Amino acid sequence: MAAKKMFGAANASILVTDLRRSFDDGVTRGYEWRVTQLKKLLIICDNHEPEIVAALRDDLGKPELESSVYEVSLLRNSIKLALKQLKNWMAPEKAKTSLTTFPASAEIVSEPLGVVLVISAWNYPFLLSIDPVIGAISAGNAVVLKPSELAPASSALLAKLMEQYLDSSAVRVVEGAVTETTALLEQKWDKIFYTGSSKIGRVIMAAAAKHLTPVVLELGGKSPVVVDSDTDLKVTVRRIIAGKWGCNNGQACISPDYILTTKEYAPKVIDAMKKELETFYGKNPMESKDMSRIVNSTHFDRLSKLLDEKEVSDKIVYGGEKDRENLKIAPTILLDVPLDSLIMSEEIFGPLLPILTLNNLEESFDVIRSRPKPLAAYLFTHNKKLKERFATTVSAGGIVVNDIAVHLALHTLPFGGVGESGMGAYHGKFSFDAFSHKKAVLYRSLFGDSAVRYPPYSRGKLRLLKALVDSNIFDIFKVLLGLS
Amino acid sequence: MEGMKETVEESLREIRETFASGRTRSLKWRKAQIGAIYEMVKDNEDKICSALFQDLGKHSTEAFRDELGLVLRSATVAINSLDKWAVPKHSNLPLLFYPAKGKVISEPYGTVLVLSSWNFPISLSLDPLIGAIAAGNTVLLKSSELSPNASAFLAKTIPAYLDTKAIKVIEGGPDVATILLQHQWDKIFFTGSPKIGRIIMAAAAQHLTPVTLELGGKCPTIVDHHTISKNIKSVVKRIAGGKWGSCSGQACISVDYVLIEKSYASSLIDMLKPTIKSFFGENPKESGCLSKIATKQHVQRLSRLLNDPRVQASIVHGGSIDEEKLYVEPTILLDPPLDSEIMNEEIFGPILPIITVRDIQESIGIIKTKPKPLAIYAFTNDENLKTRILSETSSGSVTFNDVMIQYMCDALPFGGVGESGIGRYHGKYSFDCFSHEKAIMEGSLGMDLDARYPPWNNFKLTFIRLAFREAYFKLILLMLGLKR
Repeated sequence: MAAKKMFGAANASILVTDLRRSFDDGVTRGYEWRVTQLKKLLIICDNHEPEIVAALRDDLGKPELESSVYEVSLLRNSIKLALKQLKNWMAPEKAKTSLTTFPASAEIVSEPLGVVLVISAWNYPFLLSIDPVIGAISAGNAVVLKPSELAPASSALLAKLMEQYLDSSAVRVVEGAVTETTALLEQKWDKIFYTGSSKIGRVIMAAAAKHLTPVVLELGGKSPVVVDSDTDLKVTVRRIIAGKWGCNNGQACISPDYILTTKEYAPKVIDAMKKELETFYGKNPMESKDMSRIVNSTHFDRLSKLLDEKEVSDKIVYGGEKDRENLKIAPTILLDVPLDSLIMSEEIFGPLLPILTLNNLEESFDVIRSRPKPLAAYLFTHNKKLKERFATTVSAGGIVVNDIAVHLALHTLPFGGVGESGMGAYHGKFSFDAFSHKKAVLYRSLFGDSAVRYPPYSRGKLRLLKALVDSNIFDIFKVLLGLS
Repeated sequence: MEGMKETVEESLREIRETFASGRTRSLKWRKAQIGAIYEMVKDNEDKICSALFQDLGKHSTEAFRDELGLVLRSATVAINSLDKWAVPKHSNLPLLFYPAKGKVISEPYGTVLVLSSWNFPISLSLDPLIGAIAAGNTVLLKSSELSPNASAFLAKTIPAYLDTKAIKVIEGGPDVATILLQHQWDKIFFTGSPKIGRIIMAAAAQHLTPVTLELGGKCPTIVDHHTISKNIKSVVKRIAGGKWGSCSGQACISVDYVLIEKSYASSLIDMLKPTIKSFFGENPKESGCLSKIATKQHVQRLSRLLNDPRVQASIVHGGSIDEEKLYVEPTILLDPPLDSEIMNEEIFGPILPIITVRDIQESIGIIKTKPKPLAIYAFTNDENLKTRILSETSSGSVTFNDVMIQYMCDALPFGGVGESGIGRYHGKYSFDCFSHEKAIMEGSLGMDLDARYPPWNNFKLTFIRLAFREAYFKLILLMLGLKR
């Protein structure tokens, strides 16, 4: 196998120049081209699922069901939606005009931004690479994808499949790590779409600032789960487990990070969790094939450190087993770790679930609000008032009541963060919009000119202007008739 | 500066506290504040016009048309529409998720920084302020030191009308801005040059603060003489108004340069000259209808642009400068070299280059060699040319057969793309600009499907695959045991 070529600043510059030429030549603008590319992406999903599943197993130990459902199926749906809706999305939107601009007609036209960069993450390497690319292509852009080097089999497969199927004059994959990413970030892009950590999000935005490049940053945070005693405990616990350990073993941006419940209810929650965990993963969860492993030893050590901290290690009420060689940590529940512990200060991104108890559920609002805004906040309850208060007063990218993570699959809701958890949104039409410039177009008539607009200025003109601004027909008439 | 640092910290602490108290969430509070802005402008029309006259020599009619009238209208629209804007948007969810419900609610970002500009110091301060308040934020406004009287008016009068614990004004220049930018804001709204826009965005990146940057560019005006010759008088008036009728060309959407076929250039010039005279009389300096240049430094900059000998040679009208009186004569250039400075930076002054082409279609090529402007203007009735302009150029907006008026159409988003900016506002777009669109999904605790949970098996995999494809019939067959 040939040694991999170093991709530096010069390569990045040539790459962008090439793609910009393709864009300027109009390659990506037409409906036909976009549809063709989307259909090719669909073929990739349809014909290469076993390879994708295998790559995900290599990189993450991801169970087939998760790969098939949370990556391939979601992508298939995303592509099909885009194919179905593209004509609608591309159509101009009419806008209302007013008396002051009469006579005129106005519309908003969606146009591609140009050449865009998508930087993806390692935990859902196919979904988080292709889903934004779907948006970029639907909107008519040329796109460079940089998949994460921490999922190398997936990265290589993406590069191979996309080169094989897509139009390489306008869609390219650059594999690599820090060097390659830095080289790419020095170029001028028309949009950068980044999925990853808040720390790197800052680096991306700072690089984008040099070129006034708009960004979408899909970051993370500690997504809290508030569990009210007025809930259906079995369903609640099953959904939390499926949303945590059933989604890449807690290594997901919207993973339930920690639980908040009352001191009184906590023991019931823990018991229910233990029972359902055993149902799902058996008596020896370390042997279960239904969970992803920890991605690599760096993250394993990071998670180990969270567990081993003094005042934390003695709070484990379930699990805690570790196997560094196989990169496995058992589903672990902790009870009432200190609020200033490491595990409560950073996004866990792993199979550890702290439960914090409160005197009453009201306090959960303050706990959540005292922390950076997360990507998701969850609440399980039957109490309508509580739901209302939660939805309106807790600030997060998105709020889900009585379920976990499913909003990811909904193309009708914007998916994105706020504050530390990110900026911008995508999914469904929001993806198309994320990669479009909405150009305002005003068509005016050459008739109907009012002297009011021009110097020399006078009292009369001022009066007429005031009346026009108020859009008060009566006043306008009065002025025109010289009665005011 | 220490004193200023403390003032900033104290102000920020107070408005953050006010936001946390929840007071700004009430629609009643927001409408009252916006109503107070309306009253403030109405009560102080004379004071405001006087300040604008002192700062920029702006005539009161221009002041009303471009600033006061706009703010009054903005406030009225916001008050009348706020209830509608604040209504949650309900989403249709796919059948698979029945009976789940989805909606999007707009919530305020929190504490917002508005950095205003000197050329329209009242409207560029109050218009974003109205948007930020409508969305429920607390605000700190820094007005520009280059329009000191307007700035002083705002600093003195806003506290007399608005809730001082929620809305604050700070005066000052770049040093104050630097202090402000060191702090964490939930949103920053900036109006100014692309150069400073980069600095703002880089500072925002440190805190992952979303930004709206309303910048500038060279707004070209295409004159397709063939198809509009019948209305050439209106065209000439509109172009003249768009260059000299609003703050003497110092507006982000001013007509920067004209593109016209060579054979018609001289007749255009011959019509522009008397139009200038009809606007400003024999001696524009004394007309009282032509705004001043902002400062001596700005006059010197314009002087320097004209000093290029090749540019000097292209002057066909005007050219005189009086630095003391902050006056630059309405000036017309015919074909200054395309590589001269004046053709490569935003003019922002009363100098109008006319660039000739052999065929009007060539104007598109010239426009594309420059960064994307805030607006493109085209006087034409040729549908082909209109289509080409829309699809081959990119700009914040396009206006056919008029200039600048898109600003007053609040159904159209106002903002740039590329070098001309990020984000948009006006009308409901102002409300959206300062809001986080939060997705809310509510699932049902009843109706739980075993297939959602581990341990995984083929049945569950098939079930979920079919569910995702919304192949409901096959799903039913599966559940009835009639499908494998």
